Amino acid sequence: MSVKNLIIIGGGPAGLAAAKSAYDAGERDILILEREDRLGGILNQCIHNGFGLHTFKEELTGPEYAARYIDEVLKRGIEYKLGTTVLSIDKNKRVTCVNEKDGLQIYEAGAIILACGCRERPRGAINIAGCRAAGIFSAGTAQKLINIDGYMPGKEVVILGSGDIGLIMARRMTFQGAKVKAVVELMPYSSGLNRNIVQCLNDFDIPLMFSHTVVDIKGKGRVSSVVIAAVDEKLNQIKGTEQEIKCDTLLLSVGLLPENELSKMADVNLSPVTGGAIVDDDMMTETDGIFACGNVLHVHDLVDFVSEESEWAGARAAAYIAGEKVNGDKVAVQAKDGVRYVVPQFVNRDGDGTLKLKMRVGNVFKNVRLCVVCDGEEIYAKKKMIVTPGEMETVTLDEKQTRALKNCKLAVVCLKAVKQ
Amino acid sequence: MKKILIIGAGVIGCSVARELSRYDAEITVLERENDVACGTSKANSGVVHGGFDAKPGTKKAHYNVRGNAMFDKLSKELDFPFRRNGAYVLCFDDDRWDGLKKLYDQGLENGVKDVKVVTGDEVRKREPYVSPEVKGALWCPSSGIVSPYEMTIAYAENAAKNGVKFVFEKKVSKLEKDGAKIKVVCEDGEEYAADVVVNAAGLYSDELNNTVNDKKYKIVPRKGEYMLLDKTAGYLTSTTLFQLPTAMGKGILVVPSVHGNILLGPTAVDIDDKDCKDTTYDGLSEAFDKARVTVPSLTKKQVITQFTGLRAHADAGDFVIGFAGELPLYNLVGIESPGLTAAPAIAVDASEEIADYLGLTFNHGFDPIRKGIPCFAKMTEKERAEIAKKNPLYGRIVCRCEVVTEGEIVDSINRPVGAKDLDGVKRRTRAGMGRCQSGFCSERVMEIIARERGIDMTEVTKSGKGSEIVIGRVE
Amino acid sequence: MKEMICICCPMGCRLTVDDSDLSNVKVSGNTCPRGEKYGKEEVVCPKRMVTSVVRVEGGDVAMLSVKTKDAIEKSKISGALKTLKGVVVKAPVKIGDVVVQNVLGTGVDFIATKNVSAR
Repeated sequence: MSVKNLIIIGGGPAGLAAAKSAYDAGERDILILEREDRLGGILNQCIHNGFGLHTFKEELTGPEYAARYIDEVLKRGIEYKLGTTVLSIDKNKRVTCVNEKDGLQIYEAGAIILACGCRERPRGAINIAGCRAAGIFSAGTAQKLINIDGYMPGKEVVILGSGDIGLIMARRMTFQGAKVKAVVELMPYSSGLNRNIVQCLNDFDIPLMFSHTVVDIKGKGRVSSVVIAAVDEKLNQIKGTEQEIKCDTLLLSVGLLPENELSKMADVNLSPVTGGAIVDDDMMTETDGIFACGNVLHVHDLVDFVSEESEWAGARAAAYIAGEKVNGDKVAVQAKDGVRYVVPQFVNRDGDGTLKLKMRVGNVFKNVRLCVVCDGEEIYAKKKMIVTPGEMETVTLDEKQTRALKNCKLAVVCLKAVKQ
Repeated sequence: MKKILIIGAGVIGCSVARELSRYDAEITVLERENDVACGTSKANSGVVHGGFDAKPGTKKAHYNVRGNAMFDKLSKELDFPFRRNGAYVLCFDDDRWDGLKKLYDQGLENGVKDVKVVTGDEVRKREPYVSPEVKGALWCPSSGIVSPYEMTIAYAENAAKNGVKFVFEKKVSKLEKDGAKIKVVCEDGEEYAADVVVNAAGLYSDELNNTVNDKKYKIVPRKGEYMLLDKTAGYLTSTTLFQLPTAMGKGILVVPSVHGNILLGPTAVDIDDKDCKDTTYDGLSEAFDKARVTVPSLTKKQVITQFTGLRAHADAGDFVIGFAGELPLYNLVGIESPGLTAAPAIAVDASEEIADYLGLTFNHGFDPIRKGIPCFAKMTEKERAEIAKKNPLYGRIVCRCEVVTEGEIVDSINRPVGAKDLDGVKRRTRAGMGRCQSGFCSERVMEIIARERGIDMTEVTKSGKGSEIVIGRVE
Repeated sequence: MKEMICICCPMGCRLTVDDSDLSNVKVSGNTCPRGEKYGKEEVVCPKRMVTSVVRVEGGDVAMLSVKTKDAIEKSKISGALKTLKGVVVKAPVKIGDVVVQNVLGTGVDFIATKNVSAR
C-alpha cells in the first residue's frame, strides 16, 4: 500500500489539464494512471484539425493539442503510469490498479480526480435488428483502426448518426479511398457542428438523411447491405419507406456515454441526465474528496472546454488536499424549460469569485434568452439566435451574480422566449 | 485401433467425444465452422432444466432428469460455470392452475422430486420484481443455469487432452456405406473411413442421416431471438422465470446468466434457413414485450446486445438416439431443448453403446479433469496480485468492461482447441462481451490474435472465413 | 448560383451565392456580415486544411498523423492526399517535421502532428 495526495484516473485531456493545474496550485504528490500506452487519450486518434481555438487561439489537430498538455505535465515532472488500469476505487479513496511492470498496486489517495472519459454507445444499446456479421464498427473504433493501427475497416460505408465523430469519419474514410454512401440521422437535426457537415459531407457530396434510421443489417460473414427507413415524429419506423443500400461497413456514431463504472464503486451519485457524477462548483462529487471533470462528468463538444473545466477541478482538488474547507451548505442549480442539464448541479454557499455553468438544451430553439433565475428573480440573461443540443452552452456569472446565486434558495437555468 | 468420426462440435458432439475418450479408439471430430459451439450450443437460454416439462416416458424426460443430476460433479471436473438457481413457472391466470398442476404431476412422474406449487406472494418474496399479476407458480429448485458454450469448450478441451482430434472448417457432404465401415465424404473432396460415425450435426443431422439411411428425418430450424441485459440489471431476478408453456415451447424466459447478466427470450418461429443468425425488429419486440409481462420494470436501456439461436426441432418429436438400423451410424438427431441439460447423460449412454458395439477397452490414461482459464475478474485482490506477478500479461487489462487480461486472451488462443478469432476469444474469456460490446478492445484483441497465431491483421476474423474485420492496410 | 450552409455559427444559414461574376459575388440568405464573407470566400477560393496519416518505421506507433501546414485550395485535396501514398518516415519524428514538401506546388508542406519516439 502506498499513499498519494492526488490520484488522477485518466491521462487524456481532462487528466492532463487537472494534473497541470493541481501542480500549479501547489500540489506536488500527484500520480496520473493511464490505461493506454501513451498519454493524450482519445486525442491521439483525432488527427483532424479544429482543436484549440479557445485554449491556444490557433487551430490544432488532436495529437498536437494533446502534446501541448503532455509537455506541460512532463515539464513539471508529474508522475504518471501508462498501461495501467484502475480496477477499483472506494469511498475511502483506496485505489487498486494493475499493470505489466508493477503488477497489482494499491494506493491510499488524499483526493481522486475521475478523468476517465466516455465510451461510445454500441449497436446493442440501440436495438438494431439484423445479422451479426463483421463490418459493424463504432465510429471511434474505425477511427482507431485507421489512424492508429493503419488498417481500413471497409470500402463501402453507411454511417448511422451524424454526431461529430460520424461526420469526421465520413471524410476520413473518403480520404482513404472508401465510398461513403450515406449518413443516416434519426433526429430531424444533426448533433454535429455545421462546419463538419459542410467540410466532411458536403465537400464530398455525401448525402445526410435526417429522420431516417437503419432497420436491418444484412450479410453472412461480412455486412453486405443495410436497410434504412424514414421515421415519424415519434421516431417510429414508417413502413414502406425502406430502402436497401449495398455496403460492407456500417459505422455507428450514436452517442457517447460517460464511463462511470469506477464512480459507482465509490458510491458516487450520478445524474441520470448527464450519465456523469453530480458535482458542486468545485467539481467535487457527493463523495468527499472525489472530483470529476471532462467527459466522464458530462460529454463535451469541444476539448477546449474539457481542459478549462479540468484545470478548475485540478486546482480545487489541490485546495481540498491543502485543507481548504467549505461548510458543506449548498444551493441547487436546476435545469428547466428547454435546458436539459446544468453542471454543476450544486454550488457551495462559501467562496467568492465567478462561476461557470455549463449546460445543454434538449432541442433546437431559435430566438431565446438563456436565463439564470434565483428565487424567481432573473440575475442573468443572454440572448441567443439559436441553441442546439449539439453545442454546450456556458454561462459565466460575474462576482455579483455569483454572490446572488450563492445566497438564494434555488437557482434555475432556463430558456425564455424573446418578446418580439 | 478402431476409428470413430464425430460430425459436429456442438455440446452433443463434444460431450460424446469426451465420454468416448474414456476408451481406446482413434476419435476425430469434424466441424464445418472454425470453432466448437458455433451453432445452437452458443445461442440458447443456458438453462439446466429441472425435467418437469418433458412428456413422461420420452427420451427427453429420461435424459433431462439424468443429465440435470450430473451437472454438479461435471462442472467441477471440467471447470465450467454452473449454478443451481432454481426456476419458477409462472401462472398469470386463475383459470390455468390446472396447467401448473399438470406440470407438477408430470415432474413427479419424471422423477423430479423437489417440485412444488407456490403462491404469487411466495414468488415475489424471493423475486420482488416479478409481476404482481402472477397468481402462482411451480417452483423447481434443482433447475440451474450454465454457460452453454463454456460447457461445450470445456468438454472439447478435455476430449482433446484425452486424445481426440478436432478438424475445423471441414464440411461433410455425405456418408457412404463401405462394407462394415462407413465413409465420410467432405465438401472439399477429402474422405475419411470410420468404424462408427456419430451424427451430432445438430440442425443438419437430418440431412446427414438422409444421405445414407433409409429412414429419413426432418429438422425444422426453430428460431429464437434473445436480448441480453447489462450486469447492472442483474438484480431483476436470480432465479429462472418461465411462463406457463405453450405448444411452441417454453415461452419467453427471464433468466440470469452465470455471469450476472439477464437474458430475455427466446421467441419461437419455424423458418427454412439453417444458417440464419439474424435478429428482427418484430422478434426482438416480441421477446421484450413478453418478458415484460414477467418483469414489468424491464427497460430497453439496459440491453447490451441481441442474438438469434436456432433449435433443431425434429418432426419425430422426441430425441433420436442410437444406431441407424444395421448401419455403423450412431444418430443423435433432433436434440433440441432440453438437449443441453440432457447432453451429459446422452453422451454417457452413446459412448457406452458405441464402445460395446466396437468392443473397445478402457483408455487407462483418461484424465477427467480440465482446468479453465484463470479468470482475473473473479479473483480476490491477493490472487490478482499473485498472478500478475507470476505472469505479467495478467497485469494488462484488455477488455475493461469485463476486466479481461492479455494473459487470459493469450491462454485462450494457445490452449488445446484454442480460440482462432474474435468470437472464439470472446466465448472463452468474455473479452468484448460487456457493455461497450468490444468497442474498445476489439482492435487490441485482433493484434493479440495476429501475434499469437502468426497471421496478418487483415486475416483476423470475427467468426470464421469471410468475416475478416479489416480489408487492408492504409497506404 | 451556389447553395451552401454557412459554418460561422450554429445558425447554419442557407446561403445562396451568385458567382456569375467572381469580381462581384452576391450573397443572400445570410443573417449577419460574417455569412456574406464566408459565402464569398467559398466561391472565390475555398480552402481546407488536409489531415491524414503515413506509415512510420521503427517508432512506438505504427502511423504518423500529418496535416497541411496551412489550408490549401479545396480542389487540391485529393491530389494532396495522393502525395502521401507510399510515404514512410523513420522514427523519431517531432511535431512540425516536414513529411512532404511543397505539396502540389502550393508552397504548403505536409508536416507531422505527432511526436513519435524510436522504439
